[in-house]
Amino acid sequence: MKAFAALYRELDATTSSLSKQAALQRYLVGAQPADSAWAVYFLAGGKPRQLVPTKLLRSLARDAAGLPEWLFDESYDAVGDLAETLALLLPAPTRTHDLGLAAWIEQRLLPLRNMPPETLPDVLRAQWEQLATDERLVYFKLMTGGFRVGVSRLQVTQAVAAVGGIDAKRVAQRLMGYLHINGHPTAADYATLVAPESPGELNQKTSGQPYPFFLAHPLNLPLDRFEAALGPPEHWLVEWKWDGIRAQLVRRAGQVWLWSRGEELVTDRFPELATMGKALPDGCVIDGEIVVWRKDAEATGDPGKVQPFADLQKRIGRKTLGPKLLRDVPVVLLAYDLLEFEGQDLRARPQLERRALLDDVIGQLTHPQLLSSPVLKGETWADLSRQREAARSLGVEGMMIKAKAAQYGVGRTKDVGVWWKWKIDPFRIDAVLIYAQRGHGRRASLYSDYTFAVWDGAPERIERKLVPFAKAYSGLTDAEMARVDAVIRKTTIETFGPVRSVKPTLVFELGFEGIARSPRHKSGIATRFPRMLRWREDKPVAEADTLETLLALLPLPLPMPS
Amino acid sequence: MGALSGSVPQRSKGLRLAIAAHQGLPGRGACRTAVDEMTDLVVARPEGLYCTAGDFYVDPWKPVSRAVITHAHSDHARVGHGHYLAHTHSEGTLRARLGEITLQTLQYGEAIEHRGVKISLHPAGHVLGSAQVRLEHQGRVWVASGDYKLEADGTCPPFEPVRCDTFITESTFGLPIYRWPTPAALALEINDWWRSNADAGRTSVLFCYAFGKAQRILHGADASIGAIVVHGAVEPLNAVYRAAGVTLPPTLRAGDEGVNAQLLQRALVLAPPSAQGTPWMKRFGNYADAFASGWMQLRGARRRRGVDRGFVMSDHADWPGLHRAIKGTGAERVFVTHGSVAVMVRWLSDNGLQAQGFKTEYGDEDAADKPESSTQDGVVNAEQASHDPAQEANAADTS
Repeated sequence: MKAFAALYRELDATTSSLSKQAALQRYLVGAQPADSAWAVYFLAGGKPRQLVPTKLLRSLARDAAGLPEWLFDESYDAVGDLAETLALLLPAPTRTHDLGLAAWIEQRLLPLRNMPPETLPDVLRAQWEQLATDERLVYFKLMTGGFRVGVSRLQVTQAVAAVGGIDAKRVAQRLMGYLHINGHPTAADYATLVAPESPGELNQKTSGQPYPFFLAHPLNLPLDRFEAALGPPEHWLVEWKWDGIRAQLVRRAGQVWLWSRGEELVTDRFPELATMGKALPDGCVIDGEIVVWRKDAEATGDPGKVQPFADLQKRIGRKTLGPKLLRDVPVVLLAYDLLEFEGQDLRARPQLERRALLDDVIGQLTHPQLLSSPVLKGETWADLSRQREAARSLGVEGMMIKAKAAQYGVGRTKDVGVWWKWKIDPFRIDAVLIYAQRGHGRRASLYSDYTFAVWDGAPERIERKLVPFAKAYSGLTDAEMARVDAVIRKTTIETFGPVRSVKPTLVFELGFEGIARSPRHKSGIATRFPRMLRWREDKPVAEADTLETLLALLPLPLPMPS
Repeated sequence: MGALSGSVPQRSKGLRLAIAAHQGLPGRGACRTAVDEMTDLVVARPEGLYCTAGDFYVDPWKPVSRAVITHAHSDHARVGHGHYLAHTHSEGTLRARLGEITLQTLQYGEAIEHRGVKISLHPAGHVLGSAQVRLEHQGRVWVASGDYKLEADGTCPPFEPVRCDTFITESTFGLPIYRWPTPAALALEINDWWRSNADAGRTSVLFCYAFGKAQRILHGADASIGAIVVHGAVEPLNAVYRAAGVTLPPTLRAGDEGVNAQLLQRALVLAPPSAQGTPWMKRFGNYADAFASGWMQLRGARRRRGVDRGFVMSDHADWPGLHRAIKGTGAERVFVTHGSVAVMVRWLSDNGLQAQGFKTEYGDEDAADKPESSTQDGVVNAEQASHDPAQEANAADTS
């Protein structure tokens, strides 16, 4: 635990990726395999399920520190991180320990989950009495499940690869699945992670591990430069960019696994896709997008249409999937790549060949839950650009442009081929900042999270009000945010804990990808991916947009055939 | 004594009362004690903290005729006052910063009387020459603490609790999350960092305020590790400390003979925060950087600062220190200035004291949060290098 706390501190303290890499490798070389197993798990983004209600932690810490609730809250506001606040407020340790990371997690932390509530306080107190401040930070981070420390998954992958003397891409694949939410990595798992590569590893029929996802790069070019940058369209495979959940369907050893891009196993969330997967031949991995898909007329041969992401959220958020929900919100997998077939890893084959094989597989299966993401044809980039104008009405985000010769790479890379995402311009609205909240982590104690509003009437209406409709916290530079923060402090009307209401003086152009009706929002609408495009210092508050303008952006209720 | 007993300009009492009515922060406890110039020995005025009976100010931020200065940091000792009264050890720094001033100095414990008010200075432990101002008038005793720190650091006489009825305290770090490591632990941490950099052939650049913190770091530095190089803003203050009898290890300037690449590989470099990112830094090639400040207690502040390492070092009292100091005075009334005013006032009121806020210009209430930087212009001079809590806060938050 001490060594891991020291590693955490070291990773946290330095901004240099070289130093981080060196610290990671030093730890992995020196630690017991059982400790390394957990260290890799957490640093690469594995999350423990919540062990103790944070409410209990807060109240125990308040009692231990002799602080009233308001003062704890003031402290938390200033720190912006619960685990860190707890670590800083508790009285100094009275004892010591010499247990390693794995022992702490397996013998002390994990058992907390099933402990009767009345025994928890004494057990917790006895635990933190043994821990120094930096160990406490790690301890509470493990307990509250948020473990960001400024190392990327890639850096952890590289460190593991260096320590094991193996290829980083291989490690990346092994890491998938290693990080499952209920994971319990052992010394043996870690040994497998750093073991030398074996030829049999390519055909891991008994494992549900997906491949690392190949990610696209944004393409931000004016149309007239496409030809020069990309060559003619015939070198490229062009598809729609769907607004759904990127997923890999893994069919091996008579079983089906469905993985989201966040490497979360979501098989249970989409039983109809699991059923479809069972119909696929063994040793087959498909890459595609989970979307809600609906036909309007069952009999007429209507191919159906993708539904807004908001519909998909109804499926994600629900604990139990009743028959009504499954009927009302049906999903399909829009497939666009085949990564494994007949147990063979196809990722080094060219894009076009993989696509042809994929279409064969889909054609032979003819299952209503497995659709082929259509390939778009265009003689020229201008032609494709014209087709792209229909994207919004088709409910897609733009186009994907994939090199026909591209291999399926690992992550956001370009070394073995490239995928571009050519997104349509976002919706734009000029909105007024009315609430601000302090951020977390690096932005703790900066007012960085904002609520935006539009007018509920035209300027002539004297009694018109500002109606909040979106929250955004990205898009400003650090310097702009610092200036906005200063204005917020000067124009504060009221403070409610970490939130301030401010005099409406700041106008921002917000961009968002989608808009849908939502009874849960005051304004009656919900936006997708809202962010600040620019600060409209030139625009007076009275000239910000109105709710009417916003509502006009809602998609027409009429379905459009694709 | 002579300087303060000259003629005193009379002011309109009506105006004073009108101004006084606007003082004090809203919040719990604030309304408990009406600010009344007729009975309070010190009130907050637009010019600064004002001693009513003595007709002089403590650390005023606007030009006044008579000012008692607690210490020579730029937010407490400003230009343009008619007469200055300060501790003997502040003389060097005050004259260096403010030029030609009419200055009278006192030793700790030495008292003078002005218009019936007995004035004496007592160690505040903040920086060299820092003092609490004790004011006694018709049996009442008020103490204005300026900035203070309880831990003895070896570079100035440690804080001494002074019994009083009413205590005016700062609150820069007035939240329970702020608890400082001991000076010994801190020195160990800094020396370990320096040594491991030196062993790796890297210069250790430590950003710190030139007045106070730099000398504390020097005082605790293990000079056997390597040479110590200081920025041009630091060395004049080292001279003031040495002249006052404080032992500091030998220091070099970056331009001195013998300061070459080989020496720098094992060197500790002390520079004001304003030097970060300036061309002055280019000479160090391969270096690790760190920042010494109380704000470094928080990971968010450390990360925003963008240095490799943050050392938790403050010349202000931490939360336990503030409350130990307040308790030590035996005061029943407490006025809280710059820092976490609202938090301190509420906490003290909840704990049975009469507490209220004084609005000052020594630093905003939200100083710790203010992200905009006043230290990014790349120009380094003694004025900037001198300490200002608001500036320190800003610097701590600059990415």
